[in-house]
Amino acid sequence: MGLTLRETLLAFRRAPLLSALSVMTIAFSLFSLGLFVLVAVNIRDALQQVEERVEIRAYIADGTPVEAIAAALGDIGSFPEVARAEGISQDEALERARAELGEFRDVFDAAFLPASIEVRMKPGFRDPATVSAVAARIRTYPFVDDVRFGEEWVRKLYNIRNIATAAGIILGVAFAAVAIIIIGATIRMAVLARGREISIMRLVGATDGFIRRPFLLEGLAKGILGGLLALGLTYLAHSLISRTLVETRFFDERIILAGIAFGALIGFLGSAVSVGRHLRRV
Amino acid sequence: MIRFTHVSKEYARGGLALDDVSFHVGKGEFAFLTGPSGAGKSTILKLVYMEEFPTEGDVRVAGVHSGSVRRAEIAQLRRKLGVVFQDFRLLEERTAEQNIAFALEVTGAPRSTITTKVSRLLTQVGLSSKANALPRELSGGEQQRVAIARALVNDPFVLIADEPTGNLDDRATRGVFQLLRDINAAGTAVLMATHNLDLVRRSDYRVIEMNRGQIVYDSADAAADSADGRPTPA
Repeated sequence: MGLTLRETLLAFRRAPLLSALSVMTIAFSLFSLGLFVLVAVNIRDALQQVEERVEIRAYIADGTPVEAIAAALGDIGSFPEVARAEGISQDEALERARAELGEFRDVFDAAFLPASIEVRMKPGFRDPATVSAVAARIRTYPFVDDVRFGEEWVRKLYNIRNIATAAGIILGVAFAAVAIIIIGATIRMAVLARGREISIMRLVGATDGFIRRPFLLEGLAKGILGGLLALGLTYLAHSLISRTLVETRFFDERIILAGIAFGALIGFLGSAVSVGRHLRRV
Repeated sequence: MIRFTHVSKEYARGGLALDDVSFHVGKGEFAFLTGPSGAGKSTILKLVYMEEFPTEGDVRVAGVHSGSVRRAEIAQLRRKLGVVFQDFRLLEERTAEQNIAFALEVTGAPRSTITTKVSRLLTQVGLSSKANALPRELSGGEQQRVAIARALVNDPFVLIADEPTGNLDDRATRGVFQLLRDINAAGTAVLMATHNLDLVRRSDYRVIEMNRGQIVYDSADAAADSADGRPTPA
């Protein structure tokens, strides 16, 4: 292990320019991937916020006994798809309407607006099919006059979310593939630059494992360094965007760790493949 | 020790390099491989250290068969052979001492053994004062001495030398050749490919002459033949 470490450090020291170049290449490949993920994460957040506003409103016939409404609230609240069911009395409805209307607040009399039940859906149950199924179930209460849930709006939102998810996956895979290809080529270059050294090692009886180990460690180190650098660059870009354009959320630790692990993995695997291929030829 | 039995070697893009070659080099022997460029000398050496494999026939080196050898065994075999080349093949970024030590490090030898052996070898090849010089700071003759020291560091049973004096002036050539003789006198076999007929004539070692992939003359056979009373070719 000591020998492997020494050989790895030597490799960095002997070819500082090439090493720096491959770390930079890895960093910028991961940086572009990082920027994309940053955008994707923030779009997902924004969509989620909008989605949280998906609600079903059931209007209740005048004169329905309070007990019946309370029982229905308990019922609906225990539907597996439902996060929360809240009763809005006529007075509360008026209060809200006045608050929203501002200067026209006096146009309504008391008891003009019907009482209602406001239902919020749990995450994962906000698709059009589930929402209309729940709406249909609520409609079966005899005292429910009408049920509204912005059917058209829910469907559009759902489509946008699906498109964003699909685009995110496809673009993410493409960005990752480009990163893998570029990083692989860089590492391959580093291995080729040391082809003579590898053939001399083989000549004096070094085993494949012995030759491979420093390269793998080098690839791993470059991947981690590149990953850290990419993280720094992405953070810089994030603060710049947040300060000048729009408030964005940065990655959580999980994504940060995954990103660096991804860099380390490509560095390691890239080296393994390149050295393996090279060794098979000498 | 080294035995070629009806060995032919055909390169995909170079045609027939060896054509039905058979010979044997025994323990502690010194043999020259001579002949014009392209005669097959280097191919024979590559087959010995198993960088190449025969298209037909069998190469056997220290009990290892070309037909059944596994990759890991080749590494082990090469630790028992020393190989030197016309272009020295030293690691440019390492000092003379480190180049020699490297061949021991790959075997996992302990550091104390490495230090002792390397300094002994540097003395043996007359370079103890240049232990810390990089290859580019050494003359051709000195670089070849480092390469020979590296080849010897694992106590090989045979030293394979491919035109070891090809890049050297007369003086350096004589020095390197004397070194090879000393190594042979100490018990290590030497198989040396060379163009330098002067060296061949000045010594009475065995000569295997190649032409167009075939052995056209082997002084060992000639000696056996003359013992039988048969005429020998000129």
